[in-house]
Amino acid sequence: MLTTDRVAGAVLVALGLFMTWESLWSARRLPLGSVRTPGPAYMPTLLAALLIVFGVVVLMLGARSGRISAVGWTEWRHTAGILVACAACAVLLERLGFRLTIALLLFTLLGVLERKHVVFALGFALALAFGTFYLFDTLLRVPLPRGPFNL
Amino acid sequence: MIETLQNLYLGFSVALTPVMLFYAFVGCLIGTLVGVLPGVGPLAGISLLLPATFGLDATRAIIMLSGIYYGAMYGGSTTSILMRIPGEAASVMTCIDGYAMARKGRAGAALAIAAVGSYIAGSISIIGLMLLAPPLAEFALRFGPPEYFALLTLGLLVLAYMSSGSMVKSLAMAVLGLLLGMVGIDQMTGYFRYAYGVVELGDGIGVVPVAVGLFGLAEILATAGQAKAPEVLKPKLRELLPSRAEWRASAAPIGRGTLLGFMIGIVPGSAHVISSFVSYAVERKLSKRPEEFGKGAVAGVAGPESANNAATSGAFVPMLALGVPSGPIPAVMLAAMMVHGISPGPLLIAQKPELFWGFIASMYVGNIMLLILNLPLVGLFVNVLRIPYPILYPSIVVFCIIGVYAVNSSVVDLWIMVVMGLLGWMLRKLSFETAPIVLGVVLAPMIELAMRQSLAMSDGSYMIFVTKPISATLLAVGFVLVLLSLKPLITRRRDWRSKLALVETGENPGP
Repeated sequence: MLTTDRVAGAVLVALGLFMTWESLWSARRLPLGSVRTPGPAYMPTLLAALLIVFGVVVLMLGARSGRISAVGWTEWRHTAGILVACAACAVLLERLGFRLTIALLLFTLLGVLERKHVVFALGFALALAFGTFYLFDTLLRVPLPRGPFNL
Repeated sequence: MIETLQNLYLGFSVALTPVMLFYAFVGCLIGTLVGVLPGVGPLAGISLLLPATFGLDATRAIIMLSGIYYGAMYGGSTTSILMRIPGEAASVMTCIDGYAMARKGRAGAALAIAAVGSYIAGSISIIGLMLLAPPLAEFALRFGPPEYFALLTLGLLVLAYMSSGSMVKSLAMAVLGLLLGMVGIDQMTGYFRYAYGVVELGDGIGVVPVAVGLFGLAEILATAGQAKAPEVLKPKLRELLPSRAEWRASAAPIGRGTLLGFMIGIVPGSAHVISSFVSYAVERKLSKRPEEFGKGAVAGVAGPESANNAATSGAFVPMLALGVPSGPIPAVMLAAMMVHGISPGPLLIAQKPELFWGFIASMYVGNIMLLILNLPLVGLFVNVLRIPYPILYPSIVVFCIIGVYAVNSSVVDLWIMVVMGLLGWMLRKLSFETAPIVLGVVLAPMIELAMRQSLAMSDGSYMIFVTKPISATLLAVGFVLVLLSLKPLITRRRDWRSKLALVETGENPGP
């Protein structure tokens, strides 16, 4: 039976194995050093081993946890939408500048994801984007990126 | 003693100037607003607002940050009392009796008792911090790498033991955090680790994007899709003053909560959460009418609220004296202080007394400010809760982006936040704690340096950790905690940690 803990434990073990491989055997491997002069890979390898141990324990004790199918994933559309919007923000922020990017982000979240009225979404997006820029960049002197037309 | 008073005078002469009071006021105001917002607790709150202090000098920034911290803590109890939504884990116990009081029409009284309790507890425990931190710092000057390694390990073990879920799962998360902390340039050899060509990762993964992702963004990801407007009880202002009976009923719990909270706070770990839980249990045990608990007992609000506030000051003791953050929130505060060029540790108090004592005084000022500010303005804060969530959360996302980007002006940090948001959302679904990850990320460089130096000192023998008395004691305590966490596996009895988990999911823990 696939329970949450069994899945999580398996993922932890896989991650631990990946980190061990990455530290010791991959093309990017780092010097392990010796126990007298531990190298840069010493601690990561130790931690990866611990992760595998904990992963195995979580996996073995995992029978009593809830089924993975019983976890509600009903909000995933919203989750995916917000994540994609944030990722788009990371791509655009230094290209379009803070104000345009944030206005675009807010308009997408409000107008598309939450289906608010277009006029409201646009007005709110512009007001908050320009307002926060004024507050942080102009008043508090936190440098925020500017895009084309110095916007 | 006289020296302490002189130092305190020095601190207050800094903290009480009009400019400083203004920053304390602004900090408390913004902090409370952030604390009231659903899903943004003190941890995400401080991380988000860190950039707002960048333009200020160190003292002003620290004063504003402590205001934000206290404000956010207090804002969390407001939502617990009025909506039965804990702003963060430490306010869980306040939900039970605070909300019950609000349902009985005593919302104003509950808020006032929470505020006064927090104020008293905060003020008294700052005195404790003041008296305890300097000697501890002097003691810590004797700490070498093995002792620091043992202390840091103990911190992670305690946090894992204190968390509500299974200790193995929390330890796995701590290890994951430590692994994330390995990314970047190795301090001892200069090797670039796990950066995959991203130059910005050289300095490692910052605590701010991790904290905002795991605590701010993840919360939004989990709740945005199921947003239904929760019911808000609006307190009437004239009910704000508790009755004489209510004052009397709250006096002793506030005193006990303060003492308990401060003592638990000094121990590393998720202190403010556990202190409120222990205080609630103690009050119910000592009460002449335990049946009132859960139905609006005044002691059930006064005790835990005082305890969690005292614990937050207690948690600053190891941070200021040893430079070791004992939980995720002090970790972010530590990062904030470092941004402003202050590195807490045994030498801070001796070398920069004006900063240390200014910090102490500003905590005190923040506490008073909060008391003055919160009670009259509670109506205003409550209105924030009336903003529909579909409009509120996009705005919170914007603040997350500003907060994360502004620390290093780096888009890479935004990517880290997005990944951590996704991770936090999934871990929440799988009922993993995310606080140990944050602490792991912060402690990773310190713990690694301490371990490698220790091994170099002992010529490769792990025995150095058990032959040195201080480190042996610390590790022994950690070992006992691991053994204790195995107990329920053997006896199959629910201990208080699983009860805490039940409370957090909204079930009744039973007697």
